[in-house]
Amino acid sequence: MSEETVENELRDAIAGAISDNEVILFMKGTPEKPMCGFSQRTVAILKNHESAFAAVDVLPDPRIRQELSALSNWPTIPQLFVKGELVGGCDIITELADSGQLAPILGVEQPTEAAAPDGAVAQAPPIQIDRPSE
Amino acid sequence: MHNDPTPAELTERIEAALPGSKVTEADGDGHHFRVRVVSSSFEGLSLIQRHRTINEVFAGELGGRIHALSMSCVTPEEAQ
Repeated sequence: MSEETVENELRDAIAGAISDNEVILFMKGTPEKPMCGFSQRTVAILKNHESAFAAVDVLPDPRIRQELSALSNWPTIPQLFVKGELVGGCDIITELADSGQLAPILGVEQPTEAAAPDGAVAQAPPIQIDRPSE
Repeated sequence: MHNDPTPAELTERIEAALPGSKVTEADGDGHHFRVRVVSSSFEGLSLIQRHRTINEVFAGELGGRIHALSMSCVTPEEAQ
């Protein structure tokens, strides 16, 4: 398989994941174990909103990140998509959450001040983009 | 380029790229940066469009030479 075919397949897999999941976060690490402060903060905001979300770890293969950024025209991780649209990275999610604009985008109730206790969140299982073998 | 970027460089490049804009805060450690940009060009733009404007200034460098750029993009009115 040519390198180009591999990249196209990866991009298709990413686009498929974005369209198949109403709320999907591309992040470094997993919701249980974020590997970057920006990803961690974004996960915490989603959990506080009690929003279910799918998560994709971009770290296992640098091509995931490369193809994702090519697709979204957004250079950094994390990236949150809702209903197929890029909402933003950590700064934007934080700003939207602080101004109360994130809940309607996610289609959830405004969170109460107290963070939701761990385990109270209906969270979609993490998904993995199938990586084509070398 | 392998020289580390500085808050001053980021400020200069943003202000040059967006005429009339003002970077009112800029700090960073050579890898992670934070800027606050006030510009009338943000009027009528969503947050994501505002951030894209700044991302374009550093196209190809974000995530690389500039590891992370955290930003707040406001209009002069919002900055009041």
